[in-house]
Amino acid sequence: MTMAPEDSATDDSHTDDARTDDHRTDDGQPPMEAFRYSDGSITYPGHPVGPDGEEPVGTVDLSEYTARVITWTTATATPPGVRQPNHLAIVEFDVDGEPVRAIGQLTAGDVESGDEVRPVYCEELRDPEAGIREPASQDWDGYRFEPV
Amino acid sequence: MERVAIIGASMTQFGQRDAWIRELLAEAGEACLDDAGVSPDAVEHLYVSNMASGEFEGQTGVPNALAHDLAAIPAYTARIDQTSSSGGAGVYAAWQSVASGASEMTLLVGGEKMTHRSTAEATDVIASLTHPVEYKHGVTLPSFAGLTARLYLETYDAPRESLAEVAVKNHRNGVDNPHAQFRKEITVEDALESPVVAAPLRLYDFCPITDGSAALLFCPESVAREYADDYAVVSGIGGATDTHVVHERADPTTMGGVVHSAEGAYEMADRDPDDVDVAELHDMFTILEFLQSEDLGFFEKGEGWKAAQEGVTARDGDLPVNTSGGLKSKGHPLGASGVAQVYEIYRQVLGEAGPRQVDADVGLACNVGGFGNCVTTAILEAR
Repeated sequence: MTMAPEDSATDDSHTDDARTDDHRTDDGQPPMEAFRYSDGSITYPGHPVGPDGEEPVGTVDLSEYTARVITWTTATATPPGVRQPNHLAIVEFDVDGEPVRAIGQLTAGDVESGDEVRPVYCEELRDPEAGIREPASQDWDGYRFEPV
Repeated sequence: MERVAIIGASMTQFGQRDAWIRELLAEAGEACLDDAGVSPDAVEHLYVSNMASGEFEGQTGVPNALAHDLAAIPAYTARIDQTSSSGGAGVYAAWQSVASGASEMTLLVGGEKMTHRSTAEATDVIASLTHPVEYKHGVTLPSFAGLTARLYLETYDAPRESLAEVAVKNHRNGVDNPHAQFRKEITVEDALESPVVAAPLRLYDFCPITDGSAALLFCPESVAREYADDYAVVSGIGGATDTHVVHERADPTTMGGVVHSAEGAYEMADRDPDDVDVAELHDMFTILEFLQSEDLGFFEKGEGWKAAQEGVTARDGDLPVNTSGGLKSKGHPLGASGVAQVYEIYRQVLGEAGPRQVDADVGLACNVGGFGNCVTTAILEAR
């Protein structure tokens, strides 16, 4: 069962500029932004072109939906700067009949495949300074999935 | 298009080595030239398969360094990085160089130096191939394996023990491989009781971190007999990719890169899966042996686990898989692994695999990068 909010943006002239922290939700948190393409497909994360080879035509804020756990794991051997253990899941949102998958941390390890989860915002998912990737090269906040 | 022969092969001891990347590469490269009886100055192209010598060791420019160390100057050189499938991509590049007529003698050396890094550091270097939305959540290759293994077991009602059987089989095979990192048999109970790494997978579901190198020497088949009485031909080869973002795949238990690279290799070789006598698969994690054996067409989807449990993929089974011990037992020095897979198939089809020998005229090697992100499949036949 998923909630069904309206699209957070449906700007046909969508560009990468839409993918910034300036697009904040009402509670001041950045959206969990997926891209919608002209063939109706939606991907998280967004890509410069979609499965149809065309540029995206809008965005969807997945943080306003719930999702279903497809599969999950608990990793005990984690890289530098990552919590240990690290509960992870691949989940699937249903956005008006269009399936959209995402991967992310779980708030807890007591889940089963098929469980319903909701995204909850986290300011820092791992320590940007501890790993091999250049800290300035990407965002480090995002959404964990919490069992409903 | 010129048919391409392999006339020499070598691999170093895999495991924890004192040698650094340049020394490892030179060791395998020199041994390969000796194996074929070819002088270094005959090498026209020299490729080095390596994922991350800069990140692991702070040593870049390894192809030129190797050309100098082997006295192969002025050979054209290039580094081939395709993460864990750098070796397979190197085989493809070497084949291409000869098939196209650009080179009449191409040496491929794959290698990696990893064990001086902690497991956490090495895992992070490898995980750096992931998309930013994966990396920031701490997603690693082992965690992809745990996610996919759970989905596979639940979807196909496969028993957890079937994954343990893969580890047991490949450790058993590794006992007879003098180059393998681990030459010790384990039991299903050992595997099932080992520490959890990425649930439901445990320690023995994972390959180790490894130092090592392997090499192959390629030339046109039209001149191969000048160098060797017996040689192998690359009768088919294919390369393909799948999504960078793993969760975007319609079915995470299917690796599209394996499917498409195999289609190309089978078509070029005019072979089908039933023709394959022996295979080396990229068992970086036990679950990958199931996925590849199905996506290569050896078994129906969801049936690969039964083959492992019924002994079909054992050394004395109908389709021996990973007679070398696989990455699981032999070890996985990233850039070397795809080259070492072909090394094993080369020895098998030439009847030179010693105690590991099986009855094989046609062999296949499938090298997987990322979590199925980029794949190379090669088919070898003896001549």
